[in-house]
Amino acid sequence: MSRAALLVLADGRFPAGGHAHSGGAEAAVRAGRVTDAASLEAFCRGRLHTSGVVAACVAAAAALGADPGDLDRAVDARTPSPALRAAGRRLGRQLMRAARATWPSPELDAVASLFPKGAHQPVVLGAAARAAGLGALDAAYCSLYEGVSGPATAVVRLLGLDPFDATGVLARLADDMDRVARDAVETAERVVSDGVGVLPARSAPLLEIGAEAHAARAVRLFAS
Amino acid sequence: MDRVTTAPGGVRASARVLARCDGRGGTVLPVLEGEGPLAVRRTRGSGAEARVMLVGAMSGPLGGDHFTVGVHAERGARLRVGSAAATLALPGQDEAGARYDVRLTVDDDAELCWVPEQLISGGGSDLHVTTSVDLAAGARLLLREEQVLGRAGEEPGRLTSRLTVRIDGSCVLDQELACGPGAPGGWDGPAGLAGHRAVGQLVVVRPQFGDEPPAARVFEEGAAVMPLGGSAALVTAVAPDGLRLRRLLDAALATLD
Repeated sequence: MSRAALLVLADGRFPAGGHAHSGGAEAAVRAGRVTDAASLEAFCRGRLHTSGVVAACVAAAAALGADPGDLDRAVDARTPSPALRAAGRRLGRQLMRAARATWPSPELDAVASLFPKGAHQPVVLGAAARAAGLGALDAAYCSLYEGVSGPATAVVRLLGLDPFDATGVLARLADDMDRVARDAVETAERVVSDGVGVLPARSAPLLEIGAEAHAARAVRLFAS
Repeated sequence: MDRVTTAPGGVRASARVLARCDGRGGTVLPVLEGEGPLAVRRTRGSGAEARVMLVGAMSGPLGGDHFTVGVHAERGARLRVGSAAATLALPGQDEAGARYDVRLTVDDDAELCWVPEQLISGGGSDLHVTTSVDLAAGARLLLREEQVLGRAGEEPGRLTSRLTVRIDGSCVLDQELACGPGAPGGWDGPAGLAGHRAVGQLVVVRPQFGDEPPAARVFEEGAAVMPLGGSAALVTAVAPDGLRLRRLLDAALATLD
């Protein structure tokens, strides 16, 4: 396996369309809930320990070769907001295109043909990590980092937040990411042996409600 | 992911309700059992619907307690289950957490309204709630869950609540909310509750939603109606207190009728 492949996959410039999404940060900024670096950190920490945990476990399980159909249905059941389900599939479709071009593999082709409208992003991320020769821990880290770096970058644009402050927020989340990534791999191993019922189902009420409010807005900078 | 150890000293109690169509357009209750803190009473129903009230005969759940409620509406039955008062989670004499497990089963052509009063997470308490619902393809459901974090002006306890809904064997909703002291970081931040002290959900399952799902909709940016897979819809709401939460949920429910 190549460690450098992780950098390629985790790079914010990897052409998978993530830059068009704020991970719920735009809705939180518009509602006045994120106003500065401290509230951005609380937002990112909440996201990390809810939808972030779920996504990391799914990505890690997909990297271990768990059934993508089962994982995709499990993400649906854990994502009540139709706006978030649609965004997750759109991101999955875009990531699939980039991953197939970057790391051609029959397994990725199989996942792509199973989901013509796109599988949920963490399912594709795990499959892409697998195609790149990466492991479950790499997939979990990649998913977690993307889940907080997206909102942090978006808030720099939305609020004019100092980029140094936004990067500081990400650095302060590093210990939490380490813990969650390790737990995600353990969970992923149990998914392979016991099925998707062991996946966590942590949810964040205002991420769901905010995503619907955002989708209903006529003018917005980010798609979600 | 979190496990609560139940101390041997706590109270174990269960309640069971079985609703059956009587063949004459009414609903009978061949099983109506409760014990200790979980008393069940049949109250006056309306039309084909039987009504049951959960009556808290003791305080709790307290740390170490484990309550279990099982409700089954058989084919053609109509059942409404409410509670006489709010449930208040309190700390026990030891450090152990409490568990409250609810299992609801609804057969084809049956209808269950599970609408207990709010659950209040009292200061210092540690409660783990699971609500698991199994519905047949032609079942109807209205489920209401309301959680209030702390009594007036009080810091809340720790509350973990998982809600799982399966229709015809496939899972359409699996959600866990963890809040209060010791919950994973950010639970009260801008992604979680943002200082709101009441959070609630409605799950509405109607076979006709399979063909015509309700449109997604937001209310005052504090509640959203969200169509799920299958024939289910979810309303999630947050509010400053229990009263305003109920108003939001009622308003959202009215748009589904």
